[in-house]
Amino acid sequence: MVSQLIFGILLLAALALVTRNARVIIRNIRMGRDEKRNDQPAKRLKTMLLVAFGQKKMFKRPFAALLHLFVYLGFCIINIEMLEIVIDGLFGTHRIFAGAGAFYAFLIGAFEWLAFSVLAGCVIFLARRNIARVRRFFGKEMTPWPRTDANLILVAEILLMVAFLTMNAADYKLQSLGAPHYTPGGSFPISSWLLPLLPDGAMALISIERFCWWFHIVGVLLFLNYLPYSKHLHILLAFPNTYFSNLKPQGRFTNMGKVTNEVKAMLDPSYTPEPSDASAHFGAKDVQDLTWKNLLEAYTCTECGRCTAVCPANITGKLLSPRKIMMDTRDRMVEVGENARKNNGFQDDGKALLGDYITREELWACTTCNACVEACPVNINPLEIIVEMRRYLVMEESGAPSSLNAMFGNVENNGAPWKYAQADRANWREG
Amino acid sequence: MAEMVAKGEAPDILFWVGCAGSFDERAQRITRDICKILQHVGMKYAILGTEESCTGDPAKRAGNEFLFQMQAMANIQVLDGYEIKSIVTACPHCFNTLKNEYPALGGHYTVIHHTQLIQQLIDEGKLKAEGGESFKGRRITYHDPCYLGRGNGIYEAPRKALESLDAQLVEMKRCRSNGLCCGAGGAQLFKEPENGDKDIHVERIEEALETQPEIVAAACPFCMTMLRDGVKAKEKEQEVQVLDIAEITARANGL
Repeated sequence: MVSQLIFGILLLAALALVTRNARVIIRNIRMGRDEKRNDQPAKRLKTMLLVAFGQKKMFKRPFAALLHLFVYLGFCIINIEMLEIVIDGLFGTHRIFAGAGAFYAFLIGAFEWLAFSVLAGCVIFLARRNIARVRRFFGKEMTPWPRTDANLILVAEILLMVAFLTMNAADYKLQSLGAPHYTPGGSFPISSWLLPLLPDGAMALISIERFCWWFHIVGVLLFLNYLPYSKHLHILLAFPNTYFSNLKPQGRFTNMGKVTNEVKAMLDPSYTPEPSDASAHFGAKDVQDLTWKNLLEAYTCTECGRCTAVCPANITGKLLSPRKIMMDTRDRMVEVGENARKNNGFQDDGKALLGDYITREELWACTTCNACVEACPVNINPLEIIVEMRRYLVMEESGAPSSLNAMFGNVENNGAPWKYAQADRANWREG
Repeated sequence: MAEMVAKGEAPDILFWVGCAGSFDERAQRITRDICKILQHVGMKYAILGTEESCTGDPAKRAGNEFLFQMQAMANIQVLDGYEIKSIVTACPHCFNTLKNEYPALGGHYTVIHHTQLIQQLIDEGKLKAEGGESFKGRRITYHDPCYLGRGNGIYEAPRKALESLDAQLVEMKRCRSNGLCCGAGGAQLFKEPENGDKDIHVERIEEALETQPEIVAAACPFCMTMLRDGVKAKEKEQEVQVLDIAEITARANGL
């Protein structure tokens, strides 16, 4: 009874915390500008199923994709088991679904295999990060915290799976000893390997089984609340993020309606501009100037570095790293959100995403080649943020590199980016 | 175009030459080859000549939306003035801008890239790769321009054009959607690169040279410049040629 009460309180507290964290995340994402991303629901659903659920883009790197698939499937499916654990915890039952007999045995057996694949996947992932030191897991933006975050997640998953399997092993042994309360049920293809390691006494086995049961469920509840502070949020946000993907050709950059109004007014003085959102400036200087989708993407990024690994600027040693663009955006968004909550509305803190987080040198190194966009397994678009910030630099600060200013001048005066006379445009015919 | 209108004629298609194709000496040769192909198949085409102006692409990629829209609206006025419906262009940057970014400003045209046109003409049997230089068995590697490939999903048309020559098409490690940029996009062609330890075009040409090609095929005038610079930097001008798909096609047809 006491344990049921403790369990109930823990569960409620964990869920309350999750709700609070979720609200913070939603509020932060809503700091972004409005953008319509709900047309073509069928196509969006298909994209989500293929890219997030089907992990289509992961398979550009088959080995990592396969391991990830193991961990992903394992983690998703074992969560079905969570239902039983929660019911058992609340009502003091033990393996409430064991009555399903052969089907239950099949399920538990499958969970064990999946738990094993998660375990193996996470161990190999840890080795890739810390022993093989795969290059894309390093880089300037991969400071100690993001690297620790990644390792923490993997270690947590390993511990949870070890607890899950040890719990099953102890349970299995208790079942075969005919211990009261441990009614036979389930099948244990993996955890039976652990049997020789366990003691023979029923009391000791019960303590192990109970300890692992509690360790697993408390671990899961803690992990759930760790997500918002970690890169691991992608396990949830990958779904909305791919649903709200850009469905237009990647080469198309957004049209700035505000500029269209001004250009039309310039060409035709009688033109009355349509009312547009009256945000103060062109382009993006800080996170509030980005769209909610950009901000959702920042939260979705799991820092895998596939974008940076294919970025031509990064490959050739330039400062730009698309992953850093996303991480900076997230860090600044959290900072601004925190500020707004504390002060009942954002108070200028003398900082901005542009300049204090992302430098001009990074922005100007981009070739807009879309390799990062193509590489992202969850359809994040770092390029859009880069372009928005270039727009701010050019249209608000006239801060383009001088050679680009010269190019602008040529386009404006000669109709070509080079200094040629417009009258000579058709001279190629005489060649 | 103006002359055609004066004669009361309308073209099947407008050939949007682009700034590189108009002014860059190397790209001018591509422009002329495209004209030869169009004449060879008997397509009635027009150019805007001195009425053509930059699409605004480099301005837009660099963040100068004002300049881009000024250019776009002026161009749309000219195009609509001549009631242009379909456009072929030799530059993936012009192609992307005209096709994807002009509609939001009121310019609606059917836009194709010259490699798509060449593929169509081959499919229709109008271009046969006869009567000219033989490319049979020659090693060609094709470099995907970002704004044709990833930008617009066109990977097959240029390859089909090469396959029809019986050439030996060898792919680079990073090709199609994984293709590496030549380093010119995003207005980089018009500025010095940021500090780093290598030039992007050198990285790309090294990869191309690994396939031991006789010809590096391009489909974009900016890529052409960068790839040629790369070949020069590697001192391989004697062994490796950089040619546009249009040039290869024109040569194969003896144009």
